[in-house]
Amino acid sequence: MYVYDDFDRTLVAERVADFRDQVARRLAGELTEDEFKPLRLMNGVYLQLHAYMLRVAVPYGTLSSRQLRTLARIGRRYDRHYGHFTTRQNLQFNWIKLSDLPDAMAELAEAGLHGMQTSGNCVRNITTDQWAGVAPDEIEDPRVWAEILRRHSTLHPEFTFLPRKFKIAVTAAKRDRAAVRVHDIGLRLHKNAAGEAGFEVIVGGGLGRTPFIGKTIKPFLPKRDLLSYVEAILRVYNQYGRRDNIYKARIKILVHELGAEKFASEVEAEWLTIKDGALAIDPALVTAIASHFRYPRYAPLVDNPPELARARGNDAAFDTWFRNAVARHKAAGYAIVTLSLKPEGGPPGDATSDQMDAVADLADRYSAGEIRVGHEQNLVLPHVAQRDLHALWQALDAIGVATPNVGLVSDIISCPGLDYCSLANTRSIPVAQELTRRFRDLAAQRELGRLHINISGCINACGHHHVGHIGILGVEKNGEEFYQITLGGRADEEAELGALVGPAVPYAEVADMVEDVVAAYRELRAGPQELFIDTVKRIGVEPFKERVYAAR
Amino acid sequence: MTAPSQQKLKINGSAVVTANRLGDGAVVYRAAVGGWTTRLDAAAIVGTAAEASALLTEANADERQAVAAYVAPVALSGGHIEPANLRERIRLAGPTFALPASFGI
Amino acid sequence: MPLVKRGRIVEDDYLRLVDDAAIPEDGAVLVSAKRLLASAGDSAQRVGATGVLWPNDRPIAELAPHLDRLAMVALGFPNFKDGRAYSQARILRERYRFRGELRATGQILRDQFLFLYRAGFDAFDVTKPADALVFAEAVSRYSGFYQPGESVSTLARRHMAAAE
Repeated sequence: MYVYDDFDRTLVAERVADFRDQVARRLAGELTEDEFKPLRLMNGVYLQLHAYMLRVAVPYGTLSSRQLRTLARIGRRYDRHYGHFTTRQNLQFNWIKLSDLPDAMAELAEAGLHGMQTSGNCVRNITTDQWAGVAPDEIEDPRVWAEILRRHSTLHPEFTFLPRKFKIAVTAAKRDRAAVRVHDIGLRLHKNAAGEAGFEVIVGGGLGRTPFIGKTIKPFLPKRDLLSYVEAILRVYNQYGRRDNIYKARIKILVHELGAEKFASEVEAEWLTIKDGALAIDPALVTAIASHFRYPRYAPLVDNPPELARARGNDAAFDTWFRNAVARHKAAGYAIVTLSLKPEGGPPGDATSDQMDAVADLADRYSAGEIRVGHEQNLVLPHVAQRDLHALWQALDAIGVATPNVGLVSDIISCPGLDYCSLANTRSIPVAQELTRRFRDLAAQRELGRLHINISGCINACGHHHVGHIGILGVEKNGEEFYQITLGGRADEEAELGALVGPAVPYAEVADMVEDVVAAYRELRAGPQELFIDTVKRIGVEPFKERVYAAR
Repeated sequence: MTAPSQQKLKINGSAVVTANRLGDGAVVYRAAVGGWTTRLDAAAIVGTAAEASALLTEANADERQAVAAYVAPVALSGGHIEPANLRERIRLAGPTFALPASFGI
Repeated sequence: MPLVKRGRIVEDDYLRLVDDAAIPEDGAVLVSAKRLLASAGDSAQRVGATGVLWPNDRPIAELAPHLDRLAMVALGFPNFKDGRAYSQARILRERYRFRGELRATGQILRDQFLFLYRAGFDAFDVTKPADALVFAEAVSRYSGFYQPGESVSTLARRHMAAAE
């Protein structure tokens, strides 16, 4: 996990004091709402339908048990005893008062937590693979680079008033679990033919009103040049991004309007003037930042120890969960455990304060005090010894985070939607809840295989519906909630945007429609081994459309 | 359910002006007696675009109490004021599902 | 709108000239970009200081050839959320090594002072008098930042001390 130093702590504390002053001036009428709004957004404070919402940053999805306990406490003291984990690895509190926020932020700051730049037209939380540091297929820990970028983009004097928000993601593994191709900047750390590690730089990806898969503008950037190159991209964007229309203000529009080649050459020209200056990364800096990341001392264990084999043989429920929620670890004898926050009938991605405290205790006991937040809105315990898995599972099951549906059809990713969000057109959570009930049969879910449903309650696409295997987008028609379905989206290294199946259907029919899509898949797939996403790729959406709309 | 800031000001039937209280974000309505109230049945009702516009202007001038004011449709039935769309129903009554409950472990 | 330099409110020495007014021989004048570029060929050097008000949507590269004639460049923030002039400021200071007065104009509010200051501005056309009065305090709020360069408190102290 990341260990803060005095510099980090001082900055966050000073930021809290700054915000406390800004809140006081707002409440006293010395700041208008127009002047105050960008300031509160830069601390992650939104105004939603019912209340303010605080978005706490979880840098690259890594939390210590102490931090998770702090989040539990904030939920109890200032909110309604729960929080929501988001598609950008952050945590949201939905009921917090503006007048309480300075105190809440001071408490968060004591644990190194804050809401800095989780909103506003600045560089947002830098996200990465939730298995960073422990995934067998990574070349090195991408979080070191995410941290280098986090520092550089925090309270940056030039890039705090960009045309629009800016999202960066980093991956360093063969499988892209960070969705780098649908971010403003995606960075893929990989080795070139000469065996050197460097970044593929992908720009202009994004979802929302006009979704785009990002374009590679630099196939291989040496590590040394990461900051200067990102600086050059931001500078070109800051100067030339559109400011006349908020729906055309993201960098993806600039890249699209200029063309990737022209955009790349603008960046190159800017970069050449700064690449050998103060932003050139000294290997000593990388070492210093890497030293902030503490890894547990792994014991010399063996894979598939007798305790595990015995438990799997004796306990069918444990075995089912093991085969679903446990992934291979780069250290022998260890495992990566995913905690499902998608129980049947539950709002996806929510955890109560009690659950957070319990997970923190389990992290201390079984995972070297570390927890990760995934963009699929589940949690991860990244350092679990295989011999402890059975005991851990029993404890997870007792607190309701062991539903063996990870990656399956009821592991739904959903935005908060109209039940919370002032931007939404329709609700999304109740749709997700109904779908978890329709697909409650776990054996049937396993039989379907990996199948990602993503739900967004409006075109802003915070549920990432464009890249769902099944994507559901809520739209408003004559004051009623309607939903349109797309198929075949994916966010990984083969990223693609989903294709529309047909006209939108009303709220009462959307769960039926999804069931029909799934039934069509069962009928059309080449065999049980062919995943949903591969069937769609093979045959397209037409056959699905025929079957699903036949009776409608 | 289109975000109200994107709506053109036109009234179809009755409407109120609603906002969020500055200090705690609570849903409030511009009150018939002036100021803000959390009770919909104490809200000032308008029936024309001109009235709505005037009430909204008054509300926006009071941004030390409440922010993000806009005009929201209501229905009058039997002397009772009710929200006239899903968004306003949700704002008045809260999310349409049970919030996560602690299971007291 | 009070002008703040070196942490305190000062008189603005610059006379803002409309495009068709004659340029006085001495005294500090602030001209538009159009005027500056039109007078590029003038051989006569002024005795007084010349400053230009440069729009935030024109590349600094167009201004660069004229910098040796300028004692001051004013950059604009039509709205404090429009951050283009931050890039212009850094380009002026770092690429072109402009050492004259770099003035922030437009909607300049207290909560932007520190960003402006760190981006290279040293004169601030502050929108609210109350904000101008707290400039020194506002730029001392943070001990340091992650980005390379001197710590802000060091910079701020030297900057204010220069006025003593």
